[in-house]
Amino acid sequence: MTDHAYNFAYLDEQTKRMIRRAILKALAIPGYQVPFASREMPMPYGWGTGGVQVSAAVLTPDDTFKVIDQGADDTTNAVSIRSFFERTAGVATTTATIEASVIQTRHRIPEAPLTEDQILVYQVPIPEPLRFLEPRESETRKMHSLEEYGLMHVKLYEDISRHGHIATSYAYPVKVEGRYVMDPSPIPKFDNPKLGDMAAIQLFGAGREQRIYALPPYTEVVSLDFEDHPFEAPKADQLCGLCGAEDSYLDEVITDDTGGRLFCCSDTDYCEGRRKAGHRGPAFPGNEAAA
Amino acid sequence: MIELKDVSKTFTLHNQGSAVIDVVSGVSFHVAAGECVALTGASGAGKSTLMRMIYGNYLTQAGAICIGDVDIVQAEPREVIALRRAVLGYVSQFLRVVPRVATLDVVADPLRALGVPAEVAAAKAQDLLARLNIPQRLWPLSPTTFSGGEQQRVNIARGFAHAYPALLLDEPTASLDATNREVVLSLIEEAKTRGAAIIGIFHDDAARARVCDREIDVSVFAPGPSINGEAVGHQRGTAA
Amino acid sequence: MTPLLSVQGVTKRYGAQIGCADVSFDLYPGEVMGIVGESGSGKSTLLNCMAGHLAPDAGQVVFDTRADGPKDTVTMSEPERRMLGRTDWAFVHQHARDGLRMGVSAGGNVGERLMAVGARHYGDIRGKATDWLERVEIDAARVDDRPTTFSGGMQQRLQIARNLVTGPRRVFMDEPTGGLDVSVQARLLDLLRGLVRDMGLSAIIVTHDLAVVRLLADRLMVMKSGHVVEAGLTDQVLDDPQHAYSQLLVSSVLQV
Repeated sequence: MTDHAYNFAYLDEQTKRMIRRAILKALAIPGYQVPFASREMPMPYGWGTGGVQVSAAVLTPDDTFKVIDQGADDTTNAVSIRSFFERTAGVATTTATIEASVIQTRHRIPEAPLTEDQILVYQVPIPEPLRFLEPRESETRKMHSLEEYGLMHVKLYEDISRHGHIATSYAYPVKVEGRYVMDPSPIPKFDNPKLGDMAAIQLFGAGREQRIYALPPYTEVVSLDFEDHPFEAPKADQLCGLCGAEDSYLDEVITDDTGGRLFCCSDTDYCEGRRKAGHRGPAFPGNEAAA
Repeated sequence: MIELKDVSKTFTLHNQGSAVIDVVSGVSFHVAAGECVALTGASGAGKSTLMRMIYGNYLTQAGAICIGDVDIVQAEPREVIALRRAVLGYVSQFLRVVPRVATLDVVADPLRALGVPAEVAAAKAQDLLARLNIPQRLWPLSPTTFSGGEQQRVNIARGFAHAYPALLLDEPTASLDATNREVVLSLIEEAKTRGAAIIGIFHDDAARARVCDREIDVSVFAPGPSINGEAVGHQRGTAA
Repeated sequence: MTPLLSVQGVTKRYGAQIGCADVSFDLYPGEVMGIVGESGSGKSTLLNCMAGHLAPDAGQVVFDTRADGPKDTVTMSEPERRMLGRTDWAFVHQHARDGLRMGVSAGGNVGERLMAVGARHYGDIRGKATDWLERVEIDAARVDDRPTTFSGGMQQRLQIARNLVTGPRRVFMDEPTGGLDVSVQARLLDLLRGLVRDMGLSAIIVTHDLAVVRLLADRLMVMKSGHVVEAGLTDQVLDDPQHAYSQLLVSSVLQV
């Protein structure tokens, strides 16, 4: 039920226009962080204010909207944002990845391949990949403009020297079209290979930091690494307890206080779809005995 | 090899009432290759000052001091440094080294500066230290803790490590025992034989008589008391 | 011979205050020059102007680049200047924490410049870092330790290793031995002297310690109130200073 006290998708038209300009610029310069005048949203920073503003700017009344939080459609954050746009834009919503035309995500890329008709909107807490080692914004901006990215490798070097391998497991830095180094938001590095050459448009919104950046369809995205420590996209060495999938990213869920645990797909829609198709994992109710 | 033409020197002490001290003026002489010349004169006559002027350590106000074809009075610092590295050696009375550097390295240093391989330079240094009776157990130690005589010998070894075509010696035999004095004198004689032009200050008359071909009395270059009487009252001009 | 660095009429004002005024000199390959003067004499301002950290109000700082020969680094494009800054130039800060990344291991600190110019082989980078730690007399076993666990002297040596790993030709040092105790100073000076000679570095050392310049510098420039009052061979300026201020400076040194 649309709440007509608000403009379509909550933001006023001028604001949406300003954000769309930033998005177009971001698409024109893949990986470049475009500053934008982030608005106060009716939710706290850290809850996806950047993603919400980008979603608001790209949504049309005909869109079907999906929100996932760490892959799940049913967490508080995902449910809240979904109902926010149901109310303020009156758009159709879904939990099915293939049915959605706009997907807002926090910390995951859906397992199902996306298409050219879809837009993936990421919520980004810290857009600056160099921030870890260089706190000065003036300096990181200069480093981007001059392509001085040695520092990014210092971070990876530190990982190897401390852990014997590149231990960065999420927000793993990538180089876009051989030019800008970009933080893909805190997605697991398991998802990094999906960033490149994706058919869908990928938009990244950081509300508190007031930055938007983007990957147009079929963009070259390379995860940074060393020649003798190449990039790897690992996942837990398990299969989904519910649907038995071996290729999806798994969450480890503690099931009781006696050490019981369950590995299951973090992408709930993917998991559900497989179970509907008859796949069963070892921990599926009625299937435990077989495990 | 070494030629001084109408050289003069004054010190101006800006912080002591701008007192002007004339030390020497009108100095002209020539030292040929293979020749050893002694500078003589009473204490304060300007022997050491003149020596330091030739080395470029003191600034010369007028005249020319030519070592080979370089006039040290006009030369750029880097030319003077190049000259000191390859052509002009100086054995002062005091050893001045970087603390904690081993004696062997101190002696080999002038050769290393010329690009001589480390082993060759070290061999030469060992040879000289042995000749000058510095016990081998001291070689890896810094000379800063050595006795005066030992430091003087290290200084001499350093000064003779490279075969400089021109050599300045400021009391090389002072504070040495008879044996080591003998070694130093033979080092000087060897340098002469290979064609070095040497200027020295020797308070040791016998040593001077043995190695020097000529003597130059620096007192003759002292400016007359009439020039700046009150400031140079202690100097008696004997110039003709 | 072409000077590696040719400074012409460099002037920097802070409002009505003079930072440094009309400074000119040439520095040739392999030369080490000292700049001495009391606090506020303009020596650090001059150094920062020459290093590209400050823009001078007037004058040229011409550097003999490997690629295109002598070029004015004041008017040069910023990317070009920054590229020189991480390859052919080195800057050793008085406080090691200004020149080091304190949150990054010793190896990472040394390796940063290599990675900045495209090194992408972890094993090679680490090998070079270890090699350089040994050259500056830091135990190679400390390669993964952070500089916060190092002594002041070690931090300073680490900073030197970090700067020299790319084989620069021009090194600026701002009070490199300041704040270190005397025995550590001596060790550092000895190390610097060896490196300067072995690598054929041209260096400028700003200090107020006359003993340091006597041991390290071939040439000396004395500054007072932003002006160069005297310049020449180091031992000549120290043993036979001509200018009233140089004489005062030399005579003010405590004898030990």
